[in-house]
Amino acid sequence: MQTQTHHKPCTSPEIGGVGHSLRRVEDARFLQGAGNYVDDVNLPGMLHMAILRSPVAHAKLVSIDSSAAMELDGVLAVVTGELMAQHNLAWMPTLSGDTQAVLATDKVRYQGQEVACVIATDRYIAEDALRLIDVDYEELEPITNPQRSLEADAPLIRTDKEDVTDNVSFTWEAGDKDATDAAFAKAAKVVSIETHYPRSHPSPLETCGIVADVHPATGKATIYMTSQAPHAHRTLFALVAGLPEQNIRIISPDIGGGFGNKVPIYPGYVVATAASLLIGLPVKWVESRTENLISTGFGRDYYMTGSLALDDNGRILGLRTDLLADQGAFYSDAQPTKFRAGLFHIVTGSYDFDAAHVTAKGAFTNKAPGGVAYRCSFRVTEASYLIERLIQNAANEIGMDPAEFRRMNFIQPEQFPYTSPTGFVYDSGDYETAMQMAMDMVGYDELRAEQAAAREEGRLMGIGMASFTEVVGAGPAHTYDIAGLKMFDSAELRVHPTGKAILKLGVKTQGQGHETTFAQIVAEELGIPATDIAVMHGDTDNTPYGLGTYASRSTPVGGGATAMVARKLRDKARKIAAHLLEASPEDLDWEPGKFSVKGSPDSSVSIQDIAFAAYTNHPEDEEAGLEGVHYYNPPNMTYPFGTYIVVVDLDPDTGVWTVRRMVAVDDCGVRINPMIVDGQIHGGLTEGFAKANMQWITFDEDGNCIGSNFMDYLVPTAWETPRFELGETVTPSPHHPIGAKGVGESATVGSPAAFVNAVIDALAHLGVTNIDMPVLPDRVWKAIHNA
Amino acid sequence: MYPPAFEYQAPDTLEGALAALAELGDEGRVLAGGQSLIPMMKFHLAAPAHLVDINRISELSYIRRSNGSLCIGALARHNDVVRSDDAKASDVVSSAAPWISDPLVRNRGTVCGSVAHCDPEGDWNSVMLAARAEVMVQGSSGSRRVGIDDFIVSYFTNSLETGEMVTGVCVPIPSGATGGSYMKLERKIGDYATVGVATQLELADDGSIAQAGIGLTAVNYQNTRASAAEDMLAGEMPSDELFAEAAAAAASASDPQTDVRGDADWKRNVVAVFTRRGLAQALASAGS
Repeated sequence: MQTQTHHKPCTSPEIGGVGHSLRRVEDARFLQGAGNYVDDVNLPGMLHMAILRSPVAHAKLVSIDSSAAMELDGVLAVVTGELMAQHNLAWMPTLSGDTQAVLATDKVRYQGQEVACVIATDRYIAEDALRLIDVDYEELEPITNPQRSLEADAPLIRTDKEDVTDNVSFTWEAGDKDATDAAFAKAAKVVSIETHYPRSHPSPLETCGIVADVHPATGKATIYMTSQAPHAHRTLFALVAGLPEQNIRIISPDIGGGFGNKVPIYPGYVVATAASLLIGLPVKWVESRTENLISTGFGRDYYMTGSLALDDNGRILGLRTDLLADQGAFYSDAQPTKFRAGLFHIVTGSYDFDAAHVTAKGAFTNKAPGGVAYRCSFRVTEASYLIERLIQNAANEIGMDPAEFRRMNFIQPEQFPYTSPTGFVYDSGDYETAMQMAMDMVGYDELRAEQAAAREEGRLMGIGMASFTEVVGAGPAHTYDIAGLKMFDSAELRVHPTGKAILKLGVKTQGQGHETTFAQIVAEELGIPATDIAVMHGDTDNTPYGLGTYASRSTPVGGGATAMVARKLRDKARKIAAHLLEASPEDLDWEPGKFSVKGSPDSSVSIQDIAFAAYTNHPEDEEAGLEGVHYYNPPNMTYPFGTYIVVVDLDPDTGVWTVRRMVAVDDCGVRINPMIVDGQIHGGLTEGFAKANMQWITFDEDGNCIGSNFMDYLVPTAWETPRFELGETVTPSPHHPIGAKGVGESATVGSPAAFVNAVIDALAHLGVTNIDMPVLPDRVWKAIHNA
Repeated sequence: MYPPAFEYQAPDTLEGALAALAELGDEGRVLAGGQSLIPMMKFHLAAPAHLVDINRISELSYIRRSNGSLCIGALARHNDVVRSDDAKASDVVSSAAPWISDPLVRNRGTVCGSVAHCDPEGDWNSVMLAARAEVMVQGSSGSRRVGIDDFIVSYFTNSLETGEMVTGVCVPIPSGATGGSYMKLERKIGDYATVGVATQLELADDGSIAQAGIGLTAVNYQNTRASAAEDMLAGEMPSDELFAEAAAAAASASDPQTDVRGDADWKRNVVAVFTRRGLAQALASAGS
């Protein structure tokens, strides 16, 4: 395995294959305000839906009186759970095998839960009508944390389930308990941490929405929807609603950010579709900001404990973790079926040791359901945070520099492929090189010297580090599925007679730049200029089946499919070239964009000429055309990694901390479009900073959501966001067709621990060992005063 | 995010606005920048039946020095203050202006709208307390000037009578050496203050403090004057020890709540820290 500090492109800038920082082709329409989002879809006769949501967290639903709302001019229907139940649609399955209320029938289980929907001729009328619906609630004790939920006398939340007697949503374990117990038994030192990764929300700037158009004559359901996974959603619509799948067309147009929030199916989608079917007119529903924040899929909310067993020299012997998930009212994590706590068992991180044991339990609470993989490959973020915080504390406890502690415990380059104690097979990595680059960039030794001097003066500064390893790109079909659908993905490539091409994908961009990046993969493989390739996605009638875009899987899986279909076409192009050059296929050399006869480079034919011949002069024993499709089942996940270093200055009087430096060295294998990769890292670092510094959703004791708008749920602007300094190493994935790994989530996964470790590092000499996120100034101030 | 139905009018003259307000009585609300009122309507926290939009009354759009005061008209935007040379006459005013919310709000929102709103988390009323401002009030039957202490009644409550509106606010500019500052702790740009402290020091010829002004943001049910701290400073020679004592007195005048912005004890501490630092900054700028 070879680590390079950068990747030199193999194609010319005109072709623009892998390694060229092409400008994003999608930006032209976005920058001109000419994108086409769900809310831009307006159809003749379209009706509007508004949702009445529960004001209370836990209550028996006694009665709903919608007669006054029905009398308002412009109101066509008030849909209740009772009506949905008549169509067997009052409940729907979740992505974790649970069921979720579409509209409440028996109880409301969280503030913001859907209770009734008004269908009206415009949205204002629908909103006014909501206030005319009279609902009688009989309030029950709200459960606002999972600890209370598990107490013996806690009220049962899921009274809808037969034979359920407690509030446990799942239990799960991974690793080897006995081996881990043995490792701890012989440990010279055990270092432990207890921390909460607070509830957050993906909060895409475009909220969720739908325009459902069920044609009364043909029965064809055309559904414009904010979907990260349109094909999977089509199948789920068919299975849940009983609609014939060929009559469902899901169009996911331009999407203004997803971050996992647009993976689940929400009640609003189901009711809008049912309403269109029953009324015979299109129905639009677009969430308000508050609806998005209080009712759609949240992220995180894991209470975690972890312990590291160390030997006399500071070598890690084993890891034990236990976690408690605050599930909300329904178990609707979007995650592979076999893994009840997502891929949390990647918690052993970048470190080499033999024994680990992970136990997990989920508890229902009276909060919105979710647990979506918020810019994360299924709970990898929580895992990375826990191990990197533990590493920091372990180094502090044994009095070793955290960088040296990492260096001593890293998995070494020659150990790859490396089988982790919980069963992952890491494909490739060179952790020390990335860490050293980050240390050199930030000037690590000078900073440590400055810190020592600063402490003498009573000034507080801290240097925090995180050396994360992710597992992304689900995944091999033998292990990974969502709701039974195997996690392959697909690409269909059609090269037209003039040498221009259209690429159709099973994955779906929400801003990641697929229309640019995936064209570059084809350019790399076929030598057709990337600018000659149109990328199409998000329309189930016109793209091959796929599981969608989330968990950093588009490049690892959809990108693999794209490279493989291009190679299929190149194989066929070779035969056509041989026909044109009157040579045998084996006697041809390929370079990007043309085949030439071995030994006579002047005797060549371009990919454009070959494309034309495919429709005008193809060999008799070949089919006409230059088209293909490939379904790619990745042999393994990919394992991006890197080291982030944060330097903070801290005001002891107020507890306010500010970021002086933030260096991020990422290794995501081969970079297809380095500029887009940098953009992904900048975005992810910003979200990581938000988590560490300011962002959380909390609830008061009555179950009221605090964080229901952008005044309370804080999203950092360019003003607060620190400046980022990026570096890269390149350790290709050995199994991916072009050596790429996913990168969309590395920075969200890796950075929160780096920020928190920096604050802890600033205070460690005072005896501070932990402050939970968000590391708010009052928490810092109290930690100093209580130390 | 959909407000309830309301009526709307936009008179061209101050007389027209006052006549409309007189006719509408309690049903009417003045719309200036709308940066608080419109969100409150969208959240259904306010549901005025009528809005009287004053944005067409250009005579209210001014910032000027007159008769030893800095006067800010009802249509002057926060960013007009940021950009105004006249506003530099008052340190506490000019240092607060860039701290108001974010650039979008500053472009649209008005100083007087914020003063009239009496949100205890708003910044301007602390500044006005420190600077001992007067609010210019007009109704269809006449005008009056109300001292800021009397104007602020309570949480979101001012002393305007039905049919009256704020037409401007005037900050006296002391003749002697004067300095001021506004310090604000916010979670992010655009957020309300977690804690804000406005300070102003007017020095006598001998360098002693002639008068001190201290206004506190977001630590009580209304913006609060730290009177005991002010009294402690008046007539004394400035010193670090004196400022520390005044800071402790200002902290005692605060009664913050524990909420998502932070713990009450910590907020009280921040009041002390900001008062101490603010007074030092005010002294430095008075001397320069």
